[in-house]
Amino acid sequence: MTFSEEQLKKVQEIIARYPEGKQKSALIPVLHLAQENFGRWLSAESMDYVASLLNLDPIEVYEVATFYSMFNLKPVGKYILEVCQTGPCMLRGSDQIIDYIGKKLNIKPGETSADGLITLKTVECLGACGYAPMLQMGKHYHEYLTEEKIDLLIEHCKENQHLVK
Amino acid sequence: MGVKLLLDKAHVPGIRSYEVYRREGGYAAVEKALKMSPNDVVEEVKKSGLRGRGGAGFPSGMKWSFLAKPEGVPRYLVCNADESEPGTFKDRYLMEFIPHLLIEGLIVSSYALGSSRTYIYIRGEYAWIPDILEQAIAEANANGWLGKNIMGTGFDCQIYVQRGAGAYICGEETALIESLEGKRGNPRIKPPFPAVKGLYDCPTVVNNVETLAAVVPIMNIGGEAYSKIGVGRSTGTKLISACGNINKPGVYEIDMTISVEEFIYSDEYCGGIANGKKLKACIPGGSSVPILPANLLLKTAKGETRYMNYESLSDGGFATGSMMGSGGFIVLDEDQCVVRHTLSLARFYRHESCGQCSPCREGTGWMEKILHKIEYGKGQMSDIDLLWDIQRRIEGNTICPLGDAAAWPVAAAIRHFRDEFEWHVLNPEESQTRNFGLAHYADPREVVA
Ligand SMILES: Cc1cc2nc3c(=O)[nH]c(=O)nc-3n(C[C@H](O)[C@H](O)[C@H](O)COP(=O)(O)O)c2cc1C
Ligand code: SF4
Ligand code: FES
Repeated sequence: MTFSEEQLKKVQEIIARYPEGKQKSALIPVLHLAQENFGRWLSAESMDYVASLLNLDPIEVYEVATFYSMFNLKPVGKYILEVCQTGPCMLRGSDQIIDYIGKKLNIKPGETSADGLITLKTVECLGACGYAPMLQMGKHYHEYLTEEKIDLLIEHCKENQHLVK
Repeated sequence: MGVKLLLDKAHVPGIRSYEVYRREGGYAAVEKALKMSPNDVVEEVKKSGLRGRGGAGFPSGMKWSFLAKPEGVPRYLVCNADESEPGTFKDRYLMEFIPHLLIEGLIVSSYALGSSRTYIYIRGEYAWIPDILEQAIAEANANGWLGKNIMGTGFDCQIYVQRGAGAYICGEETALIESLEGKRGNPRIKPPFPAVKGLYDCPTVVNNVETLAAVVPIMNIGGEAYSKIGVGRSTGTKLISACGNINKPGVYEIDMTISVEEFIYSDEYCGGIANGKKLKACIPGGSSVPILPANLLLKTAKGETRYMNYESLSDGGFATGSMMGSGGFIVLDEDQCVVRHTLSLARFYRHESCGQCSPCREGTGWMEKILHKIEYGKGQMSDIDLLWDIQRRIEGNTICPLGDAAAWPVAAAIRHFRDEFEWHVLNPEESQTRNFGLAHYADPREVVA
């Protein structure tokens, strides 16, 4: 589990954003990079590798990785549907959306579908309250959700799963 | 149509690009500022009366003038783009649609404060926005607005974008600084304040996205002229992100002279309550501020019209008023359950507490548990008093204001909607299937005497 030449260059670019000797600041950006490239979650092995790259003690990496909700500390599906469940989304039907996805995939929030394709996660306000209900998949937001849109999205995941490592 | 200073150009086709932004008058504020002394720029912001748009409403010029300036120590400006307060999505809009406005504001502000390394700390979930901002930064660099010796003034400046990774608490300025240093987002004990000891222990100013963007029109029209827009100490314009049960959710720029009623019912803004329903309640400034029933929202306790500005929204204090906060305007219609909504917010704060202080860590957990009991028909009357007692013991007893922010929504819900809590206790088998309804807090316009 190591970064490619190109990814290592990116790490150097990130470190250069901070003053001399402050490379610990690069930790969160580099953990994002690790999660994106090492199977969408952070294993102990990935975190130790990041520690060695930034010259940090492994514990400094663990304590950060465990604090932030975007870092997955367990294996996840090829796609993660992160549905916002906070008040403003709830007012516009997020509970029903979460139920619908759960029933359709036969899983509860926090679980991954039996075929390993989709993880359902409930999350707190993502800053899309006016376009509710909504979910995040990868980098993107899907807003004004309906059951039909969920069907299409899951169809899309099935059709494109071979593209995801 | 009210005055627009921030979003007036947001719909010009191609405004995201440097060429169009420049053609529309962009970067004039930088040109103007660089001809002035940094202190004069600070004075201009002071004159404008601009107040922080992140939630606390602290006068920005005054905050800037507190920045310590020891010899030989770098100073930092950090832009707070963490935007995680439920109901708030205005900074996202500004960054997505008119990124150069923020970059321009950052250059002027960096010059005023003497920050040569300026960071934008953006919430990690806004994963596509750093690319937009970095593109704008690259264009500003290519055109000589950033880099070394900008416009021959001897001022060097670079802007970097840092992504967070999912933590509401990192919007609190000292937690943000910790996070930017690569640590857990645990707020620091103040003092020392960031103005003295902030990022890397150097003097630091943290400002909200909208605050820094507002520096552009302030430079362009002058602080004096800016201060004449709006009313009283609510100067300039404010972005409001409106959501919940309204016809037209979205981001609106208002000048702060319009009434709450106009904001909710006029077609220029929210367009009224969705599906022909009636207004029940509203949280006017993001999830942390007190909820108000319709009658107290549209009119103050004295029966006067309530306006969309700092003073009027807080008229009556916490007993009968609320706050402008972050401008996250959450509307609840007659079908919504205040207990359920409060439970959802309580869960949010429990999830987001960093856990450093026991009143916040334990108290948010207990509030969620008790609200859950009441909402699901397992509550007793004494639970309502217990809930009140817990929120009271959190407020004021914690390191950072997240504790207060968790306590206030619960306090306000009980204060104004106690009968709805009691109804849940008295009708346990119906608490999930039937709604309490509007009762006495109906929109006064709907009440036939
Ligand atoms: C729990 C908590 C969360 C906050 N979140 C944000 C935020 O997301 N964005 C923001 O600008 N300010 C946020 N603030 C306020 C900041 O601490 C700080 O006051 C603000 O960034 C100052 O900028 P301003 O003066 O321009 O408003 C938060 C405060 C607290 C206590
Ligand atoms: S009040 Fe809550 S969030 Fe703030 S420092 Fe204490 S435990 Fe952390
Ligand atoms: S409450 Fe769901 S995006 Fe804000």
